[in-house]
Amino acid sequence: MRPYWLSSRRGGLEEMTKITLGLVAHTPGASKRNKTGGWRTLRPVVDETKCKRCWLCVIYCPDSAMKKGAKSSRPDYDYCKGCGICAKECPSKCITMVAEAR
Amino acid sequence: MMQIMRGNEATALAAKLCRPNVIPAYPITPSTMFPERISEYVADGELDTYFMLVESEHSAMSAAIGASAAGARVCTATASQGLALMHEMLFIAAGMRLPIVMAVGNRALSAPINIWCDQQDTVSERDAGWIQFYAENNQECLDFMIAAFKAGEDKRVYLPAMVGLDAFVLTHTMEPVDVPEQAKVDGFLPSYAPHCILDTKNPMTIGALGTPEFYMETRYALNKALMDSAAVIDEVFRQFGDAFGRKYQRVSAYRTADAETVIISMGSMTGTARVAVDRLRAAGKKVGLVKMSVLRPFPHRELKEAIGNARIVAVAERAISLGYGGAIFGELAGHYVNDSRRPFMTSFILGLGGRDILPEHFEEIVAESEKALAAGKMDEMPGWAGLNREVL
Repeated sequence: MRPYWLSSRRGGLEEMTKITLGLVAHTPGASKRNKTGGWRTLRPVVDETKCKRCWLCVIYCPDSAMKKGAKSSRPDYDYCKGCGICAKECPSKCITMVAEAR
Repeated sequence: MMQIMRGNEATALAAKLCRPNVIPAYPITPSTMFPERISEYVADGELDTYFMLVESEHSAMSAAIGASAAGARVCTATASQGLALMHEMLFIAAGMRLPIVMAVGNRALSAPINIWCDQQDTVSERDAGWIQFYAENNQECLDFMIAAFKAGEDKRVYLPAMVGLDAFVLTHTMEPVDVPEQAKVDGFLPSYAPHCILDTKNPMTIGALGTPEFYMETRYALNKALMDSAAVIDEVFRQFGDAFGRKYQRVSAYRTADAETVIISMGSMTGTARVAVDRLRAAGKKVGLVKMSVLRPFPHRELKEAIGNARIVAVAERAISLGYGGAIFGELAGHYVNDSRRPFMTSFILGLGGRDILPEHFEEIVAESEKALAAGKMDEMPGWAGLNREVL
């Protein structure tokens, strides 16, 4: 089982070993700790040489998984679900969706 | 103090006695009197609660869930189509373990549209994870509401509970009701201690995503809590008896000691069934009656204990699982299927959509059941008591 993070009454996030009543997360931030990138079937790959750093992909990403990098935008594969909106919206067409597995 | 009142007034008065913090409600026949009385209590300064007018029953239950998650004691009422509109929110209230209490005026479901009594609305919601009480009379309407708060809010339970009261037969019929003193109810019902509170100073996530890793375990825990609430309801009924002098059980038996045939009933039809049992007994027939006051958690042990060694069990139901038959019959039969000794069971539907239930119907049920036992099966499953076949 992959790790799943939920708060405990003791405070702070910890790996969940027991479910809480009604699956309540007693401290916020659990969604940050839960890596959901595993849902992805297509991975966005950014061509650094073509990126103009307009950051439209960063704005459009519905999961805040596209970050501003030094030379280009940088997908955060821990959370990216591979929806492809970044590739579709990129005016420079520098993002390619690549299959995770064949 | 004895007061004459309608069933709806009993549930509204019970709500007032339990001092809920929030009451979101949307009117619907035959429960409209509930929000009417609550708004009068609030306008007259008799009840300190946030009475929230909403635009639908879906919103009423959504508001109830939000208020309960914020730590409030919440009460509401609905019926029939209104309960059906709440359907998805009922499962959410139970899944989030929020002890909301709701009075439901048991009314038929459309189509054809019908405002009269049957129990289709609540029986159809028996899978939602709510505790379900069914009142026989107006006294039980008041008492079960108070018991519902106490059982649902118990730390071992944390579950919502609904109290079913038959449309018009109870909701609009005047009966004497012994109204407990406010101080006594305050002593019986402790202040609500929520398991989670929406609070900006101490943020938490309530109603979050349950991934495949944990959804099943959450449902297991919910089911177990509802099953285990049976013992808490028994405890609450015992404490209720000590506090108010009226003793209740999830299942109660009437003249079953040497009974060969036992009728199972639920709700207001029980009074009529009791008259029929007395008549049949006077005619020398060994007939008894078992009343269910709680449908969820399903009281299978108590039912089987009350049925004892009876040869025939006839389940009379004011609702039908379409395409199957009597839902309670099926549930009870399921609990007998592995027993080496089990009674012959028959299933009857009666009193749908406000059709009067008469003692003659129970006499018919007993006669048909005896005939079915002799034949080894029922002519038609389920049987229909009081059906006018001339118009079919």
